[in-house]
Amino acid sequence: MDALMLARIQFASTTLFHFIFVPLSIGLALLIAIMQTMYVFKKEEIYLKMTKFWSIFFLINFAIGVVTGIFQEFQFGMNWSTYSRFVGDIFGAPLALEALLAFFLEATFIGLWVFGRDKLPEKIHLACIWLVSIGTMLSAFWIMAANSFMHNPVGFVLQNGRAEMNDFLALLSNEKLWVAFPHTVLGSFATGAFFIIGVSAWYIFRKRDVDFFKRSMNIALVVGLLSGLGIAFTGHSQATYLMHAQPMKMAAAEGLWEDSGDPAAWTVVTSIDVENKTSSNRIDIPYLLSYLAYGKFSGKVEGMNTLQEKYVLQYGDGNYVPPVKTTFWSFRIMAGTGGVLIVLSAFGLLLSFRKKLETSTKYLKFMVPAIFLPFIGNSFGWIMSEIGRQPWVVNGLMKTADAVSPNVSAGKVLFSLITFSTIYLILGLVMVYLFIRVIKQGPHEKVKEDVSTSDPFETGEMQHATK
Amino acid sequence: MLLSELWFLLIGVLFVGFMFLEGFDFGVGMSTRFLAKNDLDRRMLIQTIGPTWAANEVWLVTAVGAMFAAFPHWYATLLSGYYMPVIVLLLALIARGVSFEFRDRVESERWVKTWDWSIFIGSIFPPFILGLTFASLIKGLPIDADMNMYAGFFDIVNTYTVVGGLTFVALSYLHGLTFISLKTVGTLRTRARKEAQKWYAITGGLVFWFIILTVFYTEAFSAKGPILIPLYILVGILYGALMLLLRNKKEGFSFTVTGIILIMITASFFIALFPNVMISSLDVAHNITIYEAVSGDYSLRIMTIVAATMIPVVLGYTFWTYYVFRKRVSKKENLNY
Ligand code: HDD
Ligand code: HEM
Ligand code: HEM
Repeated sequence: MDALMLARIQFASTTLFHFIFVPLSIGLALLIAIMQTMYVFKKEEIYLKMTKFWSIFFLINFAIGVVTGIFQEFQFGMNWSTYSRFVGDIFGAPLALEALLAFFLEATFIGLWVFGRDKLPEKIHLACIWLVSIGTMLSAFWIMAANSFMHNPVGFVLQNGRAEMNDFLALLSNEKLWVAFPHTVLGSFATGAFFIIGVSAWYIFRKRDVDFFKRSMNIALVVGLLSGLGIAFTGHSQATYLMHAQPMKMAAAEGLWEDSGDPAAWTVVTSIDVENKTSSNRIDIPYLLSYLAYGKFSGKVEGMNTLQEKYVLQYGDGNYVPPVKTTFWSFRIMAGTGGVLIVLSAFGLLLSFRKKLETSTKYLKFMVPAIFLPFIGNSFGWIMSEIGRQPWVVNGLMKTADAVSPNVSAGKVLFSLITFSTIYLILGLVMVYLFIRVIKQGPHEKVKEDVSTSDPFETGEMQHATK
Repeated sequence: MLLSELWFLLIGVLFVGFMFLEGFDFGVGMSTRFLAKNDLDRRMLIQTIGPTWAANEVWLVTAVGAMFAAFPHWYATLLSGYYMPVIVLLLALIARGVSFEFRDRVESERWVKTWDWSIFIGSIFPPFILGLTFASLIKGLPIDADMNMYAGFFDIVNTYTVVGGLTFVALSYLHGLTFISLKTVGTLRTRARKEAQKWYAITGGLVFWFIILTVFYTEAFSAKGPILIPLYILVGILYGALMLLLRNKKEGFSFTVTGIILIMITASFFIALFPNVMISSLDVAHNITIYEAVSGDYSLRIMTIVAATMIPVVLGYTFWTYYVFRKRVSKKENLNY
């Protein structure tokens, strides 16, 4: 394999791995902040216990999220130096701003939150977790701003042989950003919510700490349902956006080779034949594609063959069709999980409302593996989004094949691919092991020793007891 | 001053700040092996940096992000050229970062031991790699006319750069020890000071050797002598004073001095580098200057505005955090680790 292919595998695997932890961090931070807020205002011990219990998962997960993220920050320069030179001006800026505006916030206040429990006034301590939660969302915003530029480049001019920023506001008001950011963040909330729902279901099923977990589950069910609905809504805006900005991706996601009829039907499944550029055995839902694309029940959609011809005229010879099958199926898997999330959380709320949660063992059992659903949705969403953009790394400006580092050999990339995969595999296993341990242990705290501290500005070994 | 120069300065400041702050974190990490006698010691040592090490690491992330945004060519040449050392650096940071979180999660001796080793290794490699990198940066590397670096093993690893790496490791350890004696009580506090006195000569020797080698291996003195010579003399004077401070148990001052020395040594690399960001060993014409590597004016202006408004805020809550955790860590404290 050549360096290009290896670098792509490396990017895809490390980013997908980073994005296992990222949405759980974003989601749990919000849910924990909500729980702690309820504690501070309602003063019921159980909410404090909740905050503490769920924060164990959050902290373990967050640590892995941080360390896998650091590699991302370096990776562009290591494997994609030509890309970095070409777009650093406009693409690097949001990355730098992310560090300055979001990473400092997250990292500082998480330290204050964990270690400051006994040192800070209650409300300030509460503010800390909210700042962490806001930090995770800000971080998502800035990285999505950078990523959106790759899908829909705006706010730049081509000069000095590279893309230079000339309109920061255009970068921030990028249409892609404003459909992708809410979609991704809501997907993350759902990830956190389904994690808590699943773990709680396991306990309720086993009749352990039922009250504690019913309450946790109720909070998570509400968040889960709301974000599920939000995901569907924003997912729809993503499709509308794709229609005019990246029609090739949308056509690939539909397996649509020739132009559609008017109105266009949405294909549920089809068998795609890439060699002969045809799709057969379609099962269609009439009108739906027109609706997804234009928000009305008419309008035709261009197929890949038409678009390919257009792009050849515009960009010169080449294949502008992305891997169709991957794009097509990834889209269906993602959207499928979206539907299931909504149904499951709505059903759970209904059961809870009718006070039937405890006895609905089938539902409870099902919700445990359902923890993985949002992860599947997230991963396939990214795969669709990024694979569907190929062969471009920056849509219409630079091809992925031209983006790699010329001075990095395949051997080096292979070496880093192997070492990082190994380390990441270990991290993943350790996390699973720890999570299972914590779940088995349950929400009961270890007894702590008594507290006393002393002042560094005093000499001698004297100590003040503060409690 | 041009915006490009301002951003060069700012990135320098970020690296310097990183070495100052994370320097003692690395030192504390090393001390978990060299200084700690038992598990309780280790837990107390880690507790001293627990609330802040993660934020300190963000200085590096920000420095690299700012490099990407302000000097794309610097970012691209450096990271693709230093491929292998960067991998080692990142693996070490990964190992270290998760260990703090993992080590107390399972009550088993083997478990704790594993992560303790990972903390130790993860704390000793990064300063070494950074020292190595900085030293070879000012020595010059094989960079061609297209700004691409094709460095072999010995271009990056040689006597001069290894001494540079060891100097950073030793300085970080010393800095960590003065930090520990400031942040703990009892025997740990005294032991840290004694250990600092023990390492004083070795570290001093390394710093001295490194400066001498810099004269022979780099062009730094011929170009920047008027700044570097007084700077290094000041380092020497401060280092002399450090002995007295350590002896007289002036903990706050000792820590300040080790910090300033680390700051000055790190800053000296950027002074030596200016106005280049990369020095080519093949041909002076292939040196990459900040003016060639820099981003467009517009994007620098935007970033300057954001940085000017946000840096005070970040510094504000950073100082506040250190204020909240100003107390010494003692045995009886509610240890999170
Ligand atoms: C939608 C959200 C999102 C996406 C697409 C990404 N990240 Fe991420 N990243 C986060 C959301 C996030 C986060 C939630 O803010 C994390 C996870 C856990 C954490 O501590 O912060 C984080 C951590 C994190 C860190 C460590 C921060 C620290 O030291 O505290 C870095 C350097 C990056 N990321 C960089 C990247 C890069 C270069 C990405 C693109 C390739 C990327 N992330 C994708
Ligand atoms: C965390 C969420 C993300 C995931 C899961 C993801 C996934 C992927 C995948 C699967 C590819 C491989 C495409 C291929 O090789 O055919 C890819 C490519 C790429 N992505 Fe993303 N991506 C994410 C976020 C981002 C962001 C935020 C950026 C930029 C800031 C980005 C930049 C790139 C680049 C430069 C490539 C080109 C390399 C390549 O084509 O393999 N990605 N990504
Ligand atoms: C309800 C049905 C859904 C629809 C109609 C939908 C629609 C879309 C579309 C069209 C894209 C591609 C945007 C692009 O490539 O430019 C996308 C991307 C994505 N989706 Fe979905 N989605 C749905 C459900 C979900 C679910 C349930 C999740 C995860 C919990 C999810 C997570 C993502 C992610 C992470 C991306 C990639 C980032 C991005 O481009 O926004 N989606 N979605």
